[in-house]
Amino acid sequence: MEMKDLFYAMPLLIVGGGILLILLIDMFFKGGKKIIPALTFFILLGTAYYSLFTINQLPIGLMPVSEFGLFYGMLSFGGKAHLFYFLFNFGSAIAVLIANDYLKKIETEYSEYYILLLSSVLGMMLIAGSRNLVMIFIGLEQMSISFYALAGYRRKNILSNEAALKYFLLGSFATGFLIYGMAFIFGTAQSMMLIDIFSQTSVLVKNPLFMIGILLFLIGFTFKIAAVPFHMWAPDVYEGSPTSVTALMATVGKAAAFSAILLIFVSVAKMGPNSVFSSMFSVVAVLSMLYGSIAAIAQKDIKRMLAYSSIAHAGYMTIGLAAVNPSGIAGIIFYLVAYTFMNLGAFGIIALLESKEGKFLSIEDYKGLGTRQPFLAASLAIIMFALSGIPPFAGFFGKYYIFLAAIQSGDTWLALVGVLSSVISVYFYLRVVVYMYFSKSDDESAILEISQTGLLAVIASLVLVIAFGLAPGSLIRLISGLI
Amino acid sequence: MRNLIYLSVVFPLIGFLVNGLLGRKFKSEKVVGIIGSGAVGAAFLVVLAAFVETLRMPEEGRALIVTLFQWVKAGNLDVSIAYQIDQLSLVMGLVVTGVGFLIHIYSIGYMHGDKGFWRFFTYLNLFIFAMMNLVLADNFLLMFLGWEGVGLCSYLLIGFWYDRKFEKSTTSDAAKKAFVVNRIGDFGFLIGMFLIYLNFGSLNFTTVFAKAGVGNIPESTFTLIALCLFIGAAGKSAQIPLFVWLPDAMAGPTPVSALIHAATMVTAGVYLVARCSIIYASAPMALTVVAVIGLATAFFAATVGLVQTDIKKVLAYSTVSQLGYMFLAMGMGAFSAGIFHVVTHAFFKALLFLGAGSVIHGMHDEQDIRKYGNLKKYMPKTAKTFLIAAIAISGIPPFAGFFSKDEILWEAFSVGGFGFWIFGVITALFTAFYMFRLYFLTFEGKERFDSHHVHPHESPAVMTIPLMILAFLSIVGGFLGMPAIFVGEEGNLFGRWLAPIFKSAETKIFTGAEHSHLMEILLMAISVAGAALAIYFAKFVYLHKPEIAEKVSAKLKPIYTTLLNKYYVDEIYDAVVVNPIRLVSESFLWKITDVKLIDGLLNKSAALVDYLSGYIRKIQTGAVQFYAIIMMTGILAALFWIIKSL
Repeated sequence: MEMKDLFYAMPLLIVGGGILLILLIDMFFKGGKKIIPALTFFILLGTAYYSLFTINQLPIGLMPVSEFGLFYGMLSFGGKAHLFYFLFNFGSAIAVLIANDYLKKIETEYSEYYILLLSSVLGMMLIAGSRNLVMIFIGLEQMSISFYALAGYRRKNILSNEAALKYFLLGSFATGFLIYGMAFIFGTAQSMMLIDIFSQTSVLVKNPLFMIGILLFLIGFTFKIAAVPFHMWAPDVYEGSPTSVTALMATVGKAAAFSAILLIFVSVAKMGPNSVFSSMFSVVAVLSMLYGSIAAIAQKDIKRMLAYSSIAHAGYMTIGLAAVNPSGIAGIIFYLVAYTFMNLGAFGIIALLESKEGKFLSIEDYKGLGTRQPFLAASLAIIMFALSGIPPFAGFFGKYYIFLAAIQSGDTWLALVGVLSSVISVYFYLRVVVYMYFSKSDDESAILEISQTGLLAVIASLVLVIAFGLAPGSLIRLISGLI
Repeated sequence: MRNLIYLSVVFPLIGFLVNGLLGRKFKSEKVVGIIGSGAVGAAFLVVLAAFVETLRMPEEGRALIVTLFQWVKAGNLDVSIAYQIDQLSLVMGLVVTGVGFLIHIYSIGYMHGDKGFWRFFTYLNLFIFAMMNLVLADNFLLMFLGWEGVGLCSYLLIGFWYDRKFEKSTTSDAAKKAFVVNRIGDFGFLIGMFLIYLNFGSLNFTTVFAKAGVGNIPESTFTLIALCLFIGAAGKSAQIPLFVWLPDAMAGPTPVSALIHAATMVTAGVYLVARCSIIYASAPMALTVVAVIGLATAFFAATVGLVQTDIKKVLAYSTVSQLGYMFLAMGMGAFSAGIFHVVTHAFFKALLFLGAGSVIHGMHDEQDIRKYGNLKKYMPKTAKTFLIAAIAISGIPPFAGFFSKDEILWEAFSVGGFGFWIFGVITALFTAFYMFRLYFLTFEGKERFDSHHVHPHESPAVMTIPLMILAFLSIVGGFLGMPAIFVGEEGNLFGRWLAPIFKSAETKIFTGAEHSHLMEILLMAISVAGAALAIYFAKFVYLHKPEIAEKVSAKLKPIYTTLLNKYYVDEIYDAVVVNPIRLVSESFLWKITDVKLIDGLLNKSAALVDYLSGYIRKIQTGAVQFYAIIMMTGILAALFWIIKSL
């Protein structure tokens, strides 16, 4: 191991070290509690910055297993991994901004929140950078367990408790299949290292046990991205969790799960009979898009509506998997970036408005917001347009690249279903806009003071949603260069 | 500074954002005005610096493309937000920001006290932003973005006083008319752009024009592309048959007429043709169409201008007519002469409009020239500058208009022949006549307004100083492009500057028969003498013997009314195009296709989705065991599938 290897691992070390540091501050310095949110924020922002600027400066791809390599070659650095690091850290930094005043507002402010959040981010990073099945599993569990705890963070709130328990039960259930799949893979490939598995893929794909292993592995993560039929937990958990936690789980959490699927699926699908997994993902995509969009229409709670919307979005991204081509993968990553910031913006606005008693959780409460809070209403409107895929916002190009990939691989019908589902989804997204601008509020009372940090989070998300919509070229080129 | 050329686009954008978002909160007009004008002034300085720098460079190295970022990447299509510096774009950029800046300053005075002051400057900045995108773009798509942007601003600004009446309807109707007519042109532009992409595989100017220059593409393709683009140009630059919106566009505030509907936006079509000179040069048939349409428009609009009584209407038809000259030049393959006329026309026509604005301002919104008279006494500065502009547009040497118009007429003679020339000259005579009719009726003669109620006054300095600067430019602007017979080929600075841009196009086309210098001087003398005569005639009729005008119009009643009603073009369009379309739209497209078919289908499918939605949500029981069962079912199905397919 050389010193330069430590620089490679810098993002992981900063976040890992940050967790320990904050634990210590929390334990030993009574007055230190106040700086914890800010500290967390800057740790995440610094890591995001570092990751972004080292994307192209580190060796990309699988490093050979070497006893002398850092972490025995179980982790990779640079390239796509760092792009994901950036997404996780930057997204979480925005989530910290959202959380800071929100937690005060709902009177549940404990510093564990930030420790758990950082720990979940570390888990995500381990997944995205992993080169070993065990490492993926460790990362996934670290992320998931942090999420379980965060979901039940409002411990006096019954919905929050329900969310945590359901998430935990079903999550464990899914993890069982995941680890079962890993066992099959290990049994057939005789190794946990991805590089070894991939080198034998052309032979292994003929082995049913290996294919079953891959299938179960993929299902484990399909649960995490909340795609039909493994989506049942999402509405209840998104609704019950504190909004700042939902913002985190729905965005970067989903991105982490996709990063794991991309790690395995791409290499296997390239070698094996494409049709098997491709058609499986086609079915998942169609079910998720239509189910998510149709079910969202009936929702009265905005968080629940966004949960169904996120199921539909998982469906769109799954089209990229079904397409099994480089532009599909590039499309997924672009979509993840766009999706992350759109949803951070949406949940950020909800968190800003939401009161301790649960006002502004019902869509009805948004009536007349256009005059009561012009800026927030305009921002939410832009985000709703972006989510429904209307140009010139980032969501449009996310869908565009995904549909393009489907058409290139000959699955034009998938793109058509995608468009159809987008049309359906316009209804429930724009309903919010209609309520805000074309309905009168029953309650004209002033809205409580708007948190400055939360506002910053909303503005940051909004700027990115618009920027990636106006100039998608630079991002898609960056991504394409990494695949 | 050349690498920073994009700043000339960014500054107006900043001005637009600041005034647009915060303008309402700035309590003072001064702040809004300074931000708005400052943004354009800064943009002007950027272009000027780039221009000076370019001037110092050797001719071969002058072109430069500054890429900001990749915009669209899809398949083979690769379009960037990139700005191009070359001789042509710099000229256009200087005119847009320079004249634009003066008009911004002027507007501070003109719009004083208007409740939409900040909104006005917001739109104006947005316009400059879009126009700079149009002229600096290095590809068709970005140019189209600017093209649509200026169209939008034109719409917003024509209907700026949305609560005012305009002629028989409202300013909003005028704005809509401009927008709709422009859409027809834009359609042509789009088709042209698609054809270019189809045949050249790119939308970047450099690639397209390089491929067009080698030429393994059939002439018919070039003709088709050129004609489609010309439909776009005709829409934006108000040529037959799409000119009808421009006279109505006078519903907007006068600085808007000066900036958008005289100096800059309406010349975008000319710029488009000049930019695509190589495509037009490869399509002789299209060039002829351009020339004929240009000449016909010039002549036709000039005749209408003879009898109009609204000060802005006269100027509007004059603009249409002058734009016709520019297209005539394009059609003759005299691209740099056409662009030269764009520049000089920007000076004197902006000046005429601003002068008219000053008169309207001083006369409390009266626009009928029959109710003016002897305003020279009350507004001397406006009168003097207006006179300068009128001399310039009439083509009296050594004012700017003489040089540019004369170059076009000479090209018309040597390339097109006597027929083109004679109509061009007659148009020039008409121009001189109606322009001085306007001048004499407004500024000289007897006062025909009610002096008890109307007290004309000179406009404030913030309005008259831009007038003076433009007057100066209208006097000296022509020296940039002196005719070759006086100063030699090298002496025509403007032509020499633009020569590299049009070199490849000009080698492809017939550049005219050889004629003696004597011939050129003779023709020049005829047109100048004619113009002088027309001016004298205008003076005689409108100053000394006003009764002649009435007698003539009474005697030629049918012609007079036809001209006054603009050949009934609006009425014909209404009868032939607008009403049939409206009829079909209302009875069939709306009441049957839209209401019954589309809405019916939509409502039925929406009801279906709604029904499904209510059903699906019942699946979400809340019982965690049930959730697990669903998951399990999914896993089993997938397992079954994979085992079956292996």
